[in-house]
Parts: sequence; C-alpha cells; structure tokens
Amino acid sequence: MEAASVPSSAGLRRTRRRGDRVGDNLLHALTALAALIGVLIVFAIIWRVADGAWPAIKVFKLHFLVDGVWNAPLNKFGARDLIIGTVVTSFGAMLLAAPLSIAIGLFLSELAPPAIRGPVGTLVELLAAVPSVVVGLWGIFVLAPFDAQHVQPFLGRTLGWIPIFAHGQDKVESTVFTAIVVLTIMTIPITSSICRELFLGVPNELEEGAIALGATRWEMVKTVIVPSVRGGVVAAVILGLGRALGEAIAVTQVIGNFIPLKPSIFEPGDTGASRLANQYQGAISNIQVASLIYLAFILLVITFITNLAAQRVVKRFEFHRTGGD
Amino acid sequence: MDAPQISLKATGRSRRRLFVNRLAEGSATIAALIAVSALVILLWSVGSRGVGSLNWAFFTKGPAVFGEAGGGVAPALAGSLLLVAIATAIALPFGVLAAIYVSEFAPSRIGEQVRLWLDVLNGFPSIVIGIFVFALCVKVPLPIVGWGNHQSAIAGGAALAIIMLPLVGRATMEVLRLVPNELRDASYALGVSKWQTVIRVVLPTAFGGILTGTTLAIARAAGETAPLLFTTAIAGQVVDWNPTHAVQSIPLMIFQNSESPDPSLQAQAWAGAFVLIAFVLVTSLTARFLLDRSRKKLGLNR
Repeated sequence: MEAASVPSSAGLRRTRRRGDRVGDNLLHALTALAALIGVLIVFAIIWRVADGAWPAIKVFKLHFLVDGVWNAPLNKFGARDLIIGTVVTSFGAMLLAAPLSIAIGLFLSELAPPAIRGPVGTLVELLAAVPSVVVGLWGIFVLAPFDAQHVQPFLGRTLGWIPIFAHGQDKVESTVFTAIVVLTIMTIPITSSICRELFLGVPNELEEGAIALGATRWEMVKTVIVPSVRGGVVAAVILGLGRALGEAIAVTQVIGNFIPLKPSIFEPGDTGASRLANQYQGAISNIQVASLIYLAFILLVITFITNLAAQRVVKRFEFHRTGGD
Repeated sequence: MDAPQISLKATGRSRRRLFVNRLAEGSATIAALIAVSALVILLWSVGSRGVGSLNWAFFTKGPAVFGEAGGGVAPALAGSLLLVAIATAIALPFGVLAAIYVSEFAPSRIGEQVRLWLDVLNGFPSIVIGIFVFALCVKVPLPIVGWGNHQSAIAGGAALAIIMLPLVGRATMEVLRLVPNELRDASYALGVSKWQTVIRVVLPTAFGGILTGTTLAIARAAGETAPLLFTTAIAGQVVDWNPTHAVQSIPLMIFQNSESPDPSLQAQAWAGAFVLIAFVLVTSLTARFLLDRSRKKLGLNR
C-alpha cells in the first residue's frame, strides 16, 4: 500500500508533551466538574425545597400530613386530602396501566409479527412524547365530556353499590376518574417500553426450551418470562407510578381542584401536584407559599424514594442490552 | 384388531390450554390496540380542532385586545424559542461533558453513581424543578445583574435545562459507550493524547447520537409547562427577545386558554397544541430515525 493513503501526521506532531499533560488534566477536571454539578443539582433541589418549606414545617410539623383543612384566609393548611387524592389518582392509574403495559410489552416482544413490532412500538413511545398540557387540553374538551356522558353513568349503574363508584344525579365533567384515565394514558408508554425491554432480554434458549417441552405461548410467558423478570416489571410499574405522582398540569386541568375530598371518584377532587400548579401564583401569605412548598417537599421525598428503589432494581435486569433512551 | 384412532384435534385439557392461550394472546393484542388508538384519537382531536384555527395572524400577531376578535400567539412562539434556546445552551455542554467524564475518565463505580443520580433527577416531578428555580433565582436575587428577584426567560430556561440535563447526559453516555475501543486504541497508538482523542476521535464518531439525544430533549423541553409556571410569564402582549424579561410560551398559553370560557381563546389553545405536537412528533421521529442509523453505523464498526 502506498504511504500516501495514510493521513498526514503533521497536525499531530506539533502538540507538545506538556500541552498534552495540561490538556488531559484540564479536560478531566472540566468533565468531572460537569458531572459533579449534575449530581449536586439533585441535592440542591432537595435542600432548597426543604429550606423553602421550613416555615410551614415549623408551624404544622407532621400534623400537615393528617390534617384535612386547607383554608387560605385562616392560614390553616393540611395536606391530608391532597395526599389521599395523589395516592388515589396515581394508584388508580397504575391499576389500569400496569396490566395494559405488561400486555403491550408482551405483544411487542413475543406476539407481534416483526413487521408491525417496530411501527407499533414507535407509536406507543410517541404517546410519551405528547406534552402533558396537550393531554390535559384533550382531557378537558374530549375525554371529560365523554366520561361524563357515557363511562361514568355506566360504571355508576354497575358498580355504584361500592361507595367510591357512587354516581349522583348530575353528570360531572371534572372528576377524579377522568384524572385517573389521563394519568393512565401518560404512564402506559413509560411502563410498557421498559417491560418490552425486559421481556426481550430473557434469553431465547429459555423460551425455546419451554416451547419444546410442549408449553403454549401463554404458559411459556407465565412460567419462564414473567418469573425471570418479575422484579423488573415491578420496578417499571414503580417508575410509571413516580410519573403519575408528580404530574401536575394535566391533572389540574381535568380534576376540578376541589377539596375536601368526596368519597366517590366520580366527583371533583385534587392532588398535591395539581394544587401546586393551581394555587402557587395566587398564594398571598408567606405561610401559604411555605405550605405549598411543604407539599412539593413531600412529593419530592416520595418520588425520590420510589425512583431510587426502582432504578436499583431495573439495573439488575440490564442483562447486556444497550437499548432505550 | 383396529389401530387406535388418533385425532389431531385437541380435546379436554389441551383444548382448555389452547383456549387460555388464545385468550391471553387476544388480550395482549387488544391492549396494544388500546394504546395505539389512544394516540390516534388524541392526534385526531388536536388535528381536526387545531388546523382550522391556524392562519397567518396566529403566527404573526400578539393576543387581541379584550373583546376583539382575531389575534395570535407570536409572543408565545418567540418566547418558547427563546426559552428552549437558553435551556439547550445550558444543558448541552453540561450533559455532554458529564457524559464524557463517565465514559472516558471516571472509575466505573463513580460513573455508576453519576448515572444513578441523573436518573433520579430525571424522575423528579417537573413542577418541583420549577419551584426550585423559583426559590433559587426568582424569589432570591442571585448576585448577577438582571437575573434575580423577578421572573425571566433565563429562570425559565434554567428550569427547562434541569429537565434536559439528564436526558442529554444519559443519551450521550449510551452513544459514547458504543464508540468502539479500537478507535481509541488506534488514536493512542499514533501517540495522540487523551484529550485530543476525545475531541477529535470519540466525539465526532458519537456526534450523530449526541445530536439525537439533544433533539429528543428539546422536544421534551418544548412541551413542558410545569417548570415555567412560576419562573416566567403567563401572559405576553408583544414579541420580546430579551432574556432578562419574563416571556410567554406556547405550553403556558395552551394551559391558560384551555381553562378560558372564551371559544376563540379555546380555539387558540387547540391551534397551539397542534403546532406543539407537530413540532414534538416531527423532531422525535427524525431523532429516532437518525438514532437507528447512527447505531447501525457504529454497530458495523464493532
């Protein structure tokens, strides 16, 4: 081969050793600093939010968690109903989203013919790209009227004997139920794409072994796939839950922003994140601002713990795949 | 003696097993259908209601004076551009540098930690990030002229940057991991120093992937509402490019107008949603396409 095909090293020869040492250390220091800042932001957020909440923490202490009164003129604040609202909406959403997501994950990894796997997978992931304010807008004008006209009366008729499904005379549009449906739509793409990755990561030999022993596809899923990634699926659901717990905008648009809480999910309600989005700008007194930040702090602690736990579990299932974004 | 009759038709237990299998397969398919149809219905609603309200004035005019018809969302469009540009200018260098540290310099234990905390940051509710930035530089002035004590595009952009940072960082880490070690070794073998290897060999190879990650992060930031609620303006009459002023943005415009009883404002919200969704979907689809291509390219080299 001709030497001419080798690129000229003229540009490289000019660098001096000292320059290299300085350059290496500089880049090392610079990148380490950026990484450090990225990590520190997490703790800065926790510290700053705790700091902002301090006046309310001092006054209300842990009573804040169990007190149901949220009265701005009286400067009495308790988050019980908001916390219950957050728990009901996000767990309700996960009750719907978890089985759907697992089924979608199975469809995309085991069932679907290869030709439609890609497109359907992309469509499900695009659902995650729809901004929450757009989901909320759609929730107000399309989903909520539909729920009020058709879904809620039907569920009220069939399940109305259970107090949380009690349906009154009026057709209410802004309800906890609609918020649950909105959150379900928003969490499905997160949970289902992790589930798909997990199912795809199960070694093919195991799956083929089960099929060779005469198992049907469903039995193969039940006895091989699900047991080998059970923890990962739980973590995927928890990650979806984390998203649902913290979603503010879409929920505040459809839930009706009303406390005290009513027993039925076909009535207006409110959640912690939703109240933050709704009241922050209208907050007058310092103690109200601090109470809202206290609420944010509670959300932060919950999502911090759920995420940390879920990430630890997901990491164990990272076989040797390098997918995802 | 007759040979025992062998039927291939499943009976009894096997029939039940096959039936359960069918049932399970059917439900999984229906679940996928539900998710896809949710997206289709959503896109259809936004498309059919949004397109009708799109016109030239929508893109070029400010909001109409109260009681008047017409008007547009030019200030919000400009504001969104400004906010996303600021956020990208902050998040891109930090994210890429942090990723370089993890993949090129850090011992694997420390790299794992950085990765973990970026994931935790990614999981924080975006409204809490808004409150953090509010407490940091809206309520309390930072000692930099024009930054503190009031809402500003810089504050809003910073909040969006915190949303983008883990996305850019994680995407860059993934793609740097795909850069073949042979390339690095070849560079070292030529006597090239580490920092030059990173800048001239590793980064150019990973450029496509970094671009994709950034594009996806931009698509996400452009649609975020919650971090902007407290950090920048909820209304704007004129186009304003000054980053120290509070600016209006498209997501906040949609949020405000969606709760308005005025049909013309609602129509504006739908049109805004259409513009936003078109932007987000086009960018994420392009990014995904580019990512597949750059993955394939790197995969071949491996």
